[in-house]
Amino acid sequence: MSGTKKNFASFAILIIGIALVVAGIVRTEHETVLTKAVNICLECIGIG
Amino acid sequence: MVKQSTFRHLFQAAWFALTNGYGKGFATGKIYQGPTKVLCVPGLNCYSCPGALGSCPIGSLQAVLDSSKFTFSCYVLGMLMIFGSFFGRVVCGWLCPFGFVQDLVYKIPVFKKIKNLPGHRKLKLLPYFILLIFVVLLPSLVVDVMGTGSPWFCEYICPSGTLLAGIPLVIMNGSLRMAAGLRFLWKVSVLVLLLVLAIKIYRPFCKYLCPLGAIYGCFNGVGFYRFKVDEGKCIKCKACQRVCGMDIKVWKNPNSAECIRCGACKDVCPTHAISSTLEQLRRKDERKKL
Repeated sequence: MSGTKKNFASFAILIIGIALVVAGIVRTEHETVLTKAVNICLECIGIG
Repeated sequence: MVKQSTFRHLFQAAWFALTNGYGKGFATGKIYQGPTKVLCVPGLNCYSCPGALGSCPIGSLQAVLDSSKFTFSCYVLGMLMIFGSFFGRVVCGWLCPFGFVQDLVYKIPVFKKIKNLPGHRKLKLLPYFILLIFVVLLPSLVVDVMGTGSPWFCEYICPSGTLLAGIPLVIMNGSLRMAAGLRFLWKVSVLVLLLVLAIKIYRPFCKYLCPLGAIYGCFNGVGFYRFKVDEGKCIKCKACQRVCGMDIKVWKNPNSAECIRCGACKDVCPTHAISSTLEQLRRKDERKKL
């Protein structure tokens, strides 16, 4: 793949990534992430 | 002038301090609960680390997949694609706290260093297996009556979580210390084994276990940041492969999925045949100015 095509692929991945983040926010996935992250994850530290 | 590897280690330390800057957490044995935790950091940085200001992408991915509300995570996958499109495995070489720890441990001059474990060619496929089984399938499919699963990778494997979150919290928090049992012992054993291995082999966790590296590796060839070998300059001396901790044939495949972009190959190349996209852009600009 040439450099230009690769740059196009990078750009496409970036745009799809941004679209997925927006879709995730609409689906309220970010709330699940935040809820998990602000509480000590007992499983993560090997307890529970 | 500061050596490139020294500069990288300083950058890794600064990034760790920046993304784990909640000092109060380390002093009190509690974790940060502010809004920045809605965002993932690029590296494997446990959100239960007392200083963590952001979320671990692998932990977050499992949190969404093992919840009863969702079967797929657009949000975390999107963030991984954004990080991947810009950096690929630059994240592993420059922004991952556990990668930094392994880099430091490898400098201990105790054992005779070896490049890889026996069976390296097969073992290097393990991260993909761990990603599929422990990060995606088990959290999604093994669920209780409420439809909630567990973060299997965090629970049984992740050494970064043990080092950055488990050990500090268990030391500082009395109730957690009382609750620590066999699973905590298992996780500490995994961590110790990997750290001992890391004295002898360069970054064994990144080479053979890390699911996040497996994801970012897919972007190495198509991300904005890539390496290029100038065929006209390359004399195929293989100095790049000899210096590479990940044992990559850089002269043949500069954008290998295993490359963590440490840049050692660029430094050692006697003809300066290896360059990154940033350097290529800089050279282009200089030529334009002339």
